[in-house]
Amino acid sequence: MGCLKYLLRKEFTQFRRNKFLPRLVFVFPIVVMLIVPLIANMDVKGVNIALVDSDHSEVSSRLVSHLDASPYFKVKMVTPDYNAAWRLLEEGRADIIVSLPEGFERGMFSGDTPKVKVDANAVNATKSGLGSQYVIMTIVSALSEIAGESGRSVSPDPVSVRYYYNETLDYRFYMIPAFMIILVLMVCCFIPALNVVLEKEKGTIEQINVTPVSKFEFTLGKLIPYWLIGIVVLTEGILTAGFVYGLWPEGSILAIYLAAILFAFAMSGFAIIIANGSDTMQQSIFVLFFFVMIFMLMSGLLTPLGSMPQWARGITVVFPPRYFVEIMRAVYLKGASVAELGVDYLALAAFAAVFGLIAALTYKKQG
Amino acid sequence: MDKVIEVHNLTKRFGSFAAVDAISFSVDKGEIFGFLGANGAGKTTAMRMLCGLSYPSEGSGRVAGFDVMTEGERIKRRIGYMSQRFSLYEDLTVFENMQLFGGIYGMDDSRIKRRSAELLERVRFSGHRDDIVGSLPLGWKQKLAFLVATMHDPEIVFLDEPTGGVDPITRRQFWMMIREASSAGTTMFVTTHYMDEAEYCDRVSIMVDGRIKALDSPEALKRAYGAASMNEVFVKLCR
Repeated sequence: MGCLKYLLRKEFTQFRRNKFLPRLVFVFPIVVMLIVPLIANMDVKGVNIALVDSDHSEVSSRLVSHLDASPYFKVKMVTPDYNAAWRLLEEGRADIIVSLPEGFERGMFSGDTPKVKVDANAVNATKSGLGSQYVIMTIVSALSEIAGESGRSVSPDPVSVRYYYNETLDYRFYMIPAFMIILVLMVCCFIPALNVVLEKEKGTIEQINVTPVSKFEFTLGKLIPYWLIGIVVLTEGILTAGFVYGLWPEGSILAIYLAAILFAFAMSGFAIIIANGSDTMQQSIFVLFFFVMIFMLMSGLLTPLGSMPQWARGITVVFPPRYFVEIMRAVYLKGASVAELGVDYLALAAFAAVFGLIAALTYKKQG
Repeated sequence: MDKVIEVHNLTKRFGSFAAVDAISFSVDKGEIFGFLGANGAGKTTAMRMLCGLSYPSEGSGRVAGFDVMTEGERIKRRIGYMSQRFSLYEDLTVFENMQLFGGIYGMDDSRIKRRSAELLERVRFSGHRDDIVGSLPLGWKQKLAFLVATMHDPEIVFLDEPTGGVDPITRRQFWMMIREASSAGTTMFVTTHYMDEAEYCDRVSIMVDGRIKALDSPEALKRAYGAASMNEVFVKLCR
């Protein structure tokens, strides 16, 4: 049946005539993007370290045991191969690479300034920032301890640090993609749910229920408009971030939109499932608010997934925002591609399909 | 005569309360069937089961040849429905509402245009085609709801208290519209609690507490109860 066209036309006409919604969609995202909250300082524990030991000396093995003994670090790998350590960093299993160059011990005792190299993955700005500071402090104190035993002192600046992916180590750059995600999440959850429940409260759904319209067409008629609105909101976010903060995505813009399309569809579907089960606005808002809050706290938006306990990280597997967060940060800051994030895209696509289907099936025309 | 509605022991329970208690009746094609009863007698509940909006708890029924229990969606293709509570979109115009529902019933743009122009002309409302529905007075909203219910030329039109809260002149016009549709062969199933309106019906049933207490033509009922008007018949039945 070709009645989807008429359902969509109706939704867009209603949106256009609404006094509040167009303003919400066009003003709210820009205002939120302009008022980025202050930096929250987060304690960092369990920083994963890959140690590249090209020296194989007594000093280097003592450094390893010093780092390992600290509650802040986990030494994941000790290897002579820098590339192996780099791979570990890229896979996200190491946060910081500490490299001890060949001839480190000899240089230290012959008076040459020994340079330790620290590479930090700064996609997570807090973790890399604080983590590398801790690494430096630990190394410096270990080296002076070792030097003290042999009655010498080391030079005061033995280490140089370089941050990758977010070189200015700006917390804002870590948070801006998160704010875009929150915007899309809010708009795609609340607006479609309220729209469906409003039809119930006004009684207009009754006139629809008595027609032969198929559940799928009606549900698509509700999903498509809010899906487009989600894309508009994201676009506003991207433009504001670019022009105001100078943050443009490192990776392809298509990768971002592909993820956003899947995410917006999944979240609108989720919202309509909630709306189908609610009789009043209050009911739907409270239920949605509950979920949106959990999504915000447990999807790695504000606090990294890596600092969650293992069981909580397991639960996040069923939260669609988690995958969108991962994609947005990776594409925005690291310039990752769709292929590299294949699993996350597949997960979002699966959520979109399943939620859309459940939304159509839970819509009851006959009670 | 073809029976377009046939119902046997149709029952709807909400918990232990039977809102509709084993009603049985049939309606002929082209008939104006008055479904009368006091507020809360179960008229709307019964009608919602016939329209495929609500599943019967017990009993069986066929509307336009389809089973009310299992073929609700096929029934919906053949019927028009006007709810007791105004349920068109108040933020759309008169034409946009007609277009939406015409489109849902599978009419194309040119047919929607022709049909809506014809219907609006018939009730002399063409000048208000592009008015926002929310700004119309209640009587006109009700007329529009009637037009939308008949937009796609349904076999049966269900009207749930179409004249509730409208003035006497509009009520009279309403019944003229109903008679016109019926003479064109459409079956009209009308609920009301205005007993004077029952006189316009070919046959009426009177529901009391979920059961049908009487069913016949208005003349036959008045004779049987020795009453001068349907009002008296109703009062005698309800006491």
